[in-house]
Amino acid sequence: MVERRPASMRSPLGRVAGLGSAKDGTGHWWAQRLSAVALVPLTLWFLIGALALPDFGYASVHHWLARPVDGVLAALGVVVLAYHSHLGTTVIVEDYVHAPAAKLVTTVGLRFLHVLIGAAGIFAILRLTIGTPLT
Amino acid sequence: MPARARPLSPHLQIYRWQMGNTLSIVHRMTGAALSIALVGFVAWLAALAAGPECYARAMRLLGGPAGALALSGFGFAFFYHLLNGIRHLAWDVGYGYGRRARHASGWLVVVGALALTAVAGLLVAHIGAGAHG
Repeated sequence: MVERRPASMRSPLGRVAGLGSAKDGTGHWWAQRLSAVALVPLTLWFLIGALALPDFGYASVHHWLARPVDGVLAALGVVVLAYHSHLGTTVIVEDYVHAPAAKLVTTVGLRFLHVLIGAAGIFAILRLTIGTPLT
Repeated sequence: MPARARPLSPHLQIYRWQMGNTLSIVHRMTGAALSIALVGFVAWLAALAAGPECYARAMRLLGGPAGALALSGFGFAFFYHLLNGIRHLAWDVGYGYGRRARHASGWLVVVGALALTAVAGLLVAHIGAGAHG
């Protein structure tokens, strides 16, 4: 038997008033699409550049990424990848993790982790491109 | 709390398994896999930045059987997520909603991802072989 409770005296509007909307649904959706659109040329540029190399030796890869356009686009690619990955993994956690504390810890952890990934990627590319002389 | 049990929308237990939801969950799974691959990619960049010796160690790891397996898997995940992502973007601007279009684009994504993974794999193997030969 389904437990019968007395019907609430509150109106449907009254029950939800003041709870507020998430307010960032459209922003999240738009950011996901925008970063997806940006990643199509960015990732393909990197892939085609890598596959056009004569070999995958250190010198070849170094010379490739030390070219200004390739270096900038590679750094941009890492940042947008980290951003897009952050948006996607956060949605996965929000969908499957229901306990409020676990959800908070995981989403904040994902945010920190993705900032770390982006920063590490930029640092690596800068160190390689302007911090290491070409041989 | 609701005063009485209300009907819920059909969920996984009752919903017929079909192409649309399969490709959808694979899109999510490949996305999650690519987030892991991103960590590996940044580690590869860090090895590159650390210098020739560290980079050579990373490339030996990637050139081994485990590396080849990981590269193939992540490669397929990348091409699948790329093609299916473009499919989603087409939907977002209002194209390809018909039954035939959905199925055709779905198969295009699956076959295209497999083909691109194979081509990229062959090219990588070819370039890699050149480095040692």
